[in-house]
Amino acid sequence: MDLHTLSISALQTRLRSGETTPSAALEALESRIASVDPKVGGYLSRNLLRARQEAAAADVSLPLGGIPIAIKDVINVQGDPCTAASKILQGYTASYNATVIQKLRAAGAIPFGRLNMDEFAMGSSTENSALQRTSNPWDLTRIPGGSSGGSAAVVAADEAFASLGSDTGGSIRQPAALCGCVGLKPTYGRVSRFGLMAFASSLDQIGPFTKTVEDSARLLNVLAGKDPMDSTSLEAPTEDYTRLLGRDLKGIKLGMPKEYFIEGIDPQVDATVRAAIRHFEALGAEIVEVSLPHTQYAVAVYYIIATAEASANLARYDGVRYGHRAEDLRNIQDLYIRSRSEGFGEEVKRRIILGTYVLSSGYYDAYYLRAQKVRTLIRQDFEAAFKKVDALICPTSPEVAFKIGDRSGDPLKMYLADIFTIATNLAGNCGISLPCGFAQMEGSRLPVGLQLLGDSLQEAKLLQIAHAYESSTPWHKERPVL
Amino acid sequence: MATRYIPTIGLEVHVQLKTRSKMFCGCPVEYGAEPNSHTCPVCLGYPGALPVMNETALRMTALTGLMLNCKIAEVCKFDRKNYFYPDMPKNYQISQYDRPICEEGGVPLHDLAYPKDAQKAIQHPGKIVKLVRIHLEEDVAKSTHFETSTGIDFNRAGTPLMEIVSEPDIDSPEEAFAYLSALQQILVYGGVSDADMEKGQMRCDCNVSVRPEGTTELGTKIEIKNMNTISGVRRALAFEIERQIEVLSKGGSLAQETRRWDDGLGQTSLMRIKESAHDYRYFPEPDLLPVDTRVFMEEVRKQRPELPAEKRERFVQSYGITDYDAAVLAADRALADYFELAARGTSKPKALANWILNDLLSALSDAGETIRECRVTAAQLAALLSIIDSGTINAGQGKAVFADMLRTGKDATVIVEEKGLKQESDLGAIEALCQKSIDANPKAVEEYRGGKTASINFLKGQVMKLSQGKANPAIVGEILARLLG
Ligand SMILES: [Zn+2]
Repeated sequence: MDLHTLSISALQTRLRSGETTPSAALEALESRIASVDPKVGGYLSRNLLRARQEAAAADVSLPLGGIPIAIKDVINVQGDPCTAASKILQGYTASYNATVIQKLRAAGAIPFGRLNMDEFAMGSSTENSALQRTSNPWDLTRIPGGSSGGSAAVVAADEAFASLGSDTGGSIRQPAALCGCVGLKPTYGRVSRFGLMAFASSLDQIGPFTKTVEDSARLLNVLAGKDPMDSTSLEAPTEDYTRLLGRDLKGIKLGMPKEYFIEGIDPQVDATVRAAIRHFEALGAEIVEVSLPHTQYAVAVYYIIATAEASANLARYDGVRYGHRAEDLRNIQDLYIRSRSEGFGEEVKRRIILGTYVLSSGYYDAYYLRAQKVRTLIRQDFEAAFKKVDALICPTSPEVAFKIGDRSGDPLKMYLADIFTIATNLAGNCGISLPCGFAQMEGSRLPVGLQLLGDSLQEAKLLQIAHAYESSTPWHKERPVL
Repeated sequence: MATRYIPTIGLEVHVQLKTRSKMFCGCPVEYGAEPNSHTCPVCLGYPGALPVMNETALRMTALTGLMLNCKIAEVCKFDRKNYFYPDMPKNYQISQYDRPICEEGGVPLHDLAYPKDAQKAIQHPGKIVKLVRIHLEEDVAKSTHFETSTGIDFNRAGTPLMEIVSEPDIDSPEEAFAYLSALQQILVYGGVSDADMEKGQMRCDCNVSVRPEGTTELGTKIEIKNMNTISGVRRALAFEIERQIEVLSKGGSLAQETRRWDDGLGQTSLMRIKESAHDYRYFPEPDLLPVDTRVFMEEVRKQRPELPAEKRERFVQSYGITDYDAAVLAADRALADYFELAARGTSKPKALANWILNDLLSALSDAGETIRECRVTAAQLAALLSIIDSGTINAGQGKAVFADMLRTGKDATVIVEEKGLKQESDLGAIEALCQKSIDANPKAVEEYRGGKTASINFLKGQVMKLSQGKANPAIVGEILARLLG
């Protein structure tokens, strides 16, 4: 069997039995990357020399000992480039490690490779990368989703055993759905954001992309925990997220939010997700309809809060201390304006301007303050729902992967790609997307994602439910032909 | 008759807190360190770095609020203040907008806080200058402009800075002076800052306007910056008030603007005209949670020291010293502590206060030293006073002994021993000298007996001279009175 196709658990069994070595696994991965990444375009760069040294010295008895993990280009790995796929940070090298990287290293993992994404995590197709195009491994003419498109594509294409991404409004779950892998967005504050280049601080959360639900639980075991460097990380005790895996679904109640089964969903997606829901029923789960009445406001609230925070978070990219600086400058004002005009892409500029606008005096109350109030209502919707059910079940995305270039002229339509994922970030709870079947689209077979949403800090239960589905369905075993 | 104008002054004071580390990272706070030696991803605003609150800075600000009688918010929060400037690494400053830690309160002024030449004519004795608020924010980096470039030192970036905003409640440059020196005293008392303006630990922006007497609407507000001393603030305000009155009296009008004080030239000049209020687009800092101050207020209350005003009052009450002496002693917490320590070893606190305020302070000022560097400990001074009091040496000898003590740090008894300075208390010997002086000065004797009792002091002086200062003056006085009786 080819090593690169293995899940983390399967690889770990072989590493610990001595059947293979971390170095062999790394070389298998590298040769897979060399053969398929020219088509997929998931990686921006790799530090193979350092990974080889780390593999040679790896301790396979550690929780992730000797296992390479690919990293979205928005998470700082000391000594590696970190550009957020933006021209404004081209040539920038991270000077410190994100907390998640320290945790991965402490668990014996090897952070290997930088993954393409929408510039500063703003987008749903990875087309906003200023550096490279990434394709969906199931159909190279289609987008992999976004913003963590590279993270999803490389796992789906067996170019990585697992990867890290970030989810601000669905940026883990949506590409996982579109590429056919497992993507987990932990509860806000469960995983430290220290070292994650901020897009929207109150929404951003780091999470894993994996081939299986069990791998997702294993990675979360390593990533989760209070971090003194991140004041917003939660003071919750650490737990073993694999502990409920394998339990059946008797007594589990799943809620179908009626606002998530609406007109406009691709009929094949709708049918596939409904079939998955019937499967859950067959597994013993009880299905009930619930309502999240403020869902219709989520996209608007999200684009106010996220852009407001982004307008401040991205102010530091000014060409003064690092990153792109324009030439032939007349004065400091000129330096700021031209460096930022040249360095940022269209979508990033659009969001900075939008965020600046909603915070401006005279508009703050009408937009930002109001959005915060509605955000509270959205959070209360979820709280009420989780009093009745263990998890919510719905599509991850209203559609399957679309063609590259199809939406680029229509930002508003692009924003709707995240309608089922955005509210989770506003509420701060956790969510997971996993493969639940395929849709036939113009001769291509494209993955459909099933989304399960859990209450705050209920990742273990969410993973239990996802695992019960996965272990009784074949979808996660399917691989694109490349 | 020419119109009289009334000035209105409000001050914004920025105070560097005396924390060991910066406000949101672990970098040390050190004045005068090698530029850019105390930096990290957080205070350099590197991508992905996050702030973590330094609770000591919060406690110090809350303590300041307690000392100034402010309302302390039970929950306060931090906000981002957005503007672009190279000295601000994130291009937003973490500050407090609508929910500062402290609100209201005031700074009590006292006579000695005024400039010396103005202490005789204080308009509002015992005034308390009202405060609007005190909030906490991070300082920016320090820019240094060279001929063709600007250097930025990020050591200062992210150090905790407290902003104390007064109401426009100050009526004169002298009152502004008194406000700043009284405030400075309190800050030093609380140990929250050294508040040295010359080191930039305390910085002050002034808002000043004038209006014709009898009117209520405030005149055009003008901001003055760049004062490096408290007396500089006084001078700048005096200049600015005069300038504004002159413009108005000639029928001119004033524009809302910011002016820079040039201490060398002794004048303000235009920095920039305020066209419209800058939109800082404040919004709540999402990287920090709101702070519940209740968890530490109990401890902060215990840290609240006795304040200068309270100390002054207590000194007058329990030591019977004058208001003035109490004020001078209380002006410097170290000096006040010295006095109290010495007072434990003497029964004459008034004499002690005299010694400290006259002999000790002038000796220290001659040597350019502070009380902290003084070689004579409080206990040693008390011991000196007690041997003077017991008559072992007289006051004149005491001064000489004290000078030696300051120089050598030796105990008074040791010096007295070494120099053989024991005071003459042999009654027979003193009586002989007294008789000698009476015999030699018949005119003084005659005057004394004619009712001019002060003449006895002349005779006393003669006896002291004859004894080479060794006679106990009290005994001399008694014997002379008896002999002349
Ligand atoms: Zn620092």
